[in-house]
Amino acid sequence: MTVSEIHALYQSGKTSPSEIIEQAIRRIESLDPKIHAFAWFDPQWVRQQVKVLEARGGGRGPLWGIPVVVKDNICVQGAPATCASKILSGFDPPYNATVIEKLRAAGAILMGMANMDEFAFGSSCEHSCYGPTRNPWDLGRVPGGSSGGSAASTAASFTPLALGSDTGGSIRQPASFCGVVGMKPTYGRVSRYGLIAFASSLDQIGPFSSTVADSALLLGAIAGFDPRDSTSGNVPVPDYLQEIKQGAKGLRIGVPKECFGKGIDPEVNEALQQALEQCKKLGITVKEVSLPRTEYAIPTYYVVATAEASSNLARFDGVQYGYRSASGQTILDMYAKTRGEGFGPEAKRRIILGTFVLSSGYYDAYYGHALKVRTLIKEDFDRVFREVDCVVTPTSPTPAFKLGEKLADPLTMYLSDIFTISVNMAGLPGVSIPCGFTKAGLPIGMQWIGRPFEEGVLFRGCHAYERAAGWHTKRPPLS
Amino acid sequence: MNYTTVIGLEVHLQLKTATKIFCGCSNRFGAAPNSQVCPVCLGFPGTLPVLNRQVLVSGIRVALGLSCGVQPRIVFHRKNYFYPDLPKAYQISQYDLPLGSNGFVQVGGQKVRVNRVHMEEDAGKLIHKEGENASLVDYNRCGVPLLEIVSEPDMRFPEEAHAYLKTLKGILEYLDVSDCDMEKGSLRCDANVSLTPDTKVFGSKVEIKNLNSFKAVARALAYEVQRQAAVLDEGGRVQQETRLWDDVKEMTQGMRSKEFAHDYRYFPEPDLVPFSVSKEEIGAVRAVLPELPAQKADRFVREYGLPATDAAGLTAEKASADYYEECVKRAPEGSQGKTLANWILSDVAREMNERGLDDIGALGFPPERLVELVGLIQSGVISGKMAKEVFIEAVESRQSPSEVVKAKGLAQVTDRGAIQEAALSVIQEQPRAVEDYRGGKAQALMFMVGQLMRKTKGAASPALSQEILRELLEKKNA
Repeated sequence: MTVSEIHALYQSGKTSPSEIIEQAIRRIESLDPKIHAFAWFDPQWVRQQVKVLEARGGGRGPLWGIPVVVKDNICVQGAPATCASKILSGFDPPYNATVIEKLRAAGAILMGMANMDEFAFGSSCEHSCYGPTRNPWDLGRVPGGSSGGSAASTAASFTPLALGSDTGGSIRQPASFCGVVGMKPTYGRVSRYGLIAFASSLDQIGPFSSTVADSALLLGAIAGFDPRDSTSGNVPVPDYLQEIKQGAKGLRIGVPKECFGKGIDPEVNEALQQALEQCKKLGITVKEVSLPRTEYAIPTYYVVATAEASSNLARFDGVQYGYRSASGQTILDMYAKTRGEGFGPEAKRRIILGTFVLSSGYYDAYYGHALKVRTLIKEDFDRVFREVDCVVTPTSPTPAFKLGEKLADPLTMYLSDIFTISVNMAGLPGVSIPCGFTKAGLPIGMQWIGRPFEEGVLFRGCHAYERAAGWHTKRPPLS
Repeated sequence: MNYTTVIGLEVHLQLKTATKIFCGCSNRFGAAPNSQVCPVCLGFPGTLPVLNRQVLVSGIRVALGLSCGVQPRIVFHRKNYFYPDLPKAYQISQYDLPLGSNGFVQVGGQKVRVNRVHMEEDAGKLIHKEGENASLVDYNRCGVPLLEIVSEPDMRFPEEAHAYLKTLKGILEYLDVSDCDMEKGSLRCDANVSLTPDTKVFGSKVEIKNLNSFKAVARALAYEVQRQAAVLDEGGRVQQETRLWDDVKEMTQGMRSKEFAHDYRYFPEPDLVPFSVSKEEIGAVRAVLPELPAQKADRFVREYGLPATDAAGLTAEKASADYYEECVKRAPEGSQGKTLANWILSDVAREMNERGLDDIGALGFPPERLVELVGLIQSGVISGKMAKEVFIEAVESRQSPSEVVKAKGLAQVTDRGAIQEAALSVIQEQPRAVEDYRGGKAQALMFMVGQLMRKTKGAASPALSQEILRELLEKKNA
């Protein structure tokens, strides 16, 4: 069910939050052992929220009584936040993220914490201290990552909504692998206060849902300026659901020619071409554009993101909270053992890389240089957005891959984010929506990229396409 | 052999803003451990810093007060290192764009250049308990706003460094942005010192930490100059390192260099967006800059007719300048500003020095007492020579000068009849003073009190004399 369907049932009195939540709990309890979308799930904690909600008076907005799962890197008071890492085991945040405060005020029911790649490092949801999450469309395949749990929970209809975070594609790529809608808002659109940072200049929290309208609703609820986040934009939040009604006619989309080189799966290519044809029928203009610096996005990203991550993750030292090695003899020894035992291999790889690129003597060659290239990538988009309103690409070059397929080869894994990464580098909004299925029945996603703070334009185009194409009505066959 | 000594100082100044630099926690000193903390200053995962604009205002104030250029583009950097008192494992500081740069401090006839003034956050405090195999951390100090003030290596002698630090502290006190208390750590100083036989090349730099007083700065530098000279005399090389001053042993000792071989991996703080300060904002801070020592000294020369050296001496520290002005305000009109200045610069200063006091307020001899003391001399109650003894005794016993005079048995005539008799003869002998008094000149009364004192050889109670004289003058007037 979509959010508006549940809301309508509440309004008509045909059902209550406790019924909806009990249904959700039953579904999660019976099916999640196969999928493992949840990193933490406590039915009693969920029921307690329902009790409080039903006892409290006040208005019943569109999110009242709606179940939402939260990625395990967003702080919720009363629940753990571990970033799927052993090093944060036992960490219960003493405060709520701004997005959580907003959701709680709106009456949403938090269902638990969604599995992810450790500290959001990964594109497969396999780098988790809780074990991998599986793709609801094919349990032998990955759900994508790093917000794999959030995407899988939405695809498996455990929750109509989920929160994820996206640093280089961590919302859009799993949305594409799981056949759901996932949006990374403009950098600064949603407060990062309470999001455990991976790369501060790239991270954004964003929504997952099965329809564009539901993502628009959830984004509207969590977006806005936050005095606790200096990087949040002081830009008014429009009513996205109203904006959707304007339709897509007259929109101009650009398709970058660089996105159709080698490495792209033919079925993905085919699905995208058909989707573009469909867009034309909706009165959308489609033209070819060029983003020549796209090829530098991945190397640049892995310098900037790991540099920031190496600093952001330095605080996990065993002193105040989380895991502490029992065998450390001196303070330095305690640090080394705690971090050596607490972090998984991908986290260590990125911390070491990030530490290296910031080191004295290497800074200019790597980090300094990457910041300059980042500006060039931004300029590419600025130029293109003078001609078109949106840029459309495949979300990922391939559909969901098999579990373990890319674990041994980090570089190949990094390439699955090739179309999403430059969007974070440029701070732009991007959304992935389903645009077809492979012959084997795996979802394919297309990505729409917009100008800063023009999420509404993306929602207009995507909503119109979604209604015309109807892919959102397909659900994975789970039993 | 002769060496040229090169000294530079790094001063850390804690700002006394109401709240910390990046969160809303109270910035109060001396609270119970870990009572002034929140998830932000504890560096909890997911928290973000937000700049306290008051820190920026205080920073600009100090930059301007030290004649620095103000950098309008505000950028913070992260300085990365692991230590248990640093909960994020990085310190938010400034790096290549410090708030202030290229300033100077006029120290006597010498200009000591100020390389930079930048904003940063303080770290927490480790508490090592005697006999326990563990350390405690107090995070209250985490996020306390700091300004780092770095001098150029312009000083050649420990005495110059000491004088620079004194002058700098004086200016900072005038700016009223910090308690400037070295003992409480709100003003901290690290010294860099190197020796070279060749003035064209710098020697290896040694950084001295743990300097908790002005005296420690001077002594540690003197010690270090001797130590390095001895190393060089023997043909050795001075090791570039950080050394700690031991106040008890009166020597510097090397820290294990391994622990401090840091690569801080500075990079721009992505959680704080760079922003610009407008000319108007800087102008607004400049407009409310207080009178600084040099300006105040000029005014003292103009307004109180003091010699330039006296004015400079009085204004070097805000406390003594305020003390002086408080005295002048309380002294009867027309009484000698110069005499008060002399007292402050000689006897009061000497007594503070002997008691090892930095702050005139700690002497326990408030301005009204100095005025009283000078009044006793001027009214002839005691001689100038007596006054020096009375002063020391008054400081010692915390009594007022008059009380000391009384306690010391300086006989005073308190018999109304006797004083009245003397008063009548003064009135008769001094028709002009009487006329002046009746004409509204209050100071004429003091003159007559003085005459009365002289008549009684200083034995009459000044207060009573004044009272009786006034009564008689009013009566006759009626």
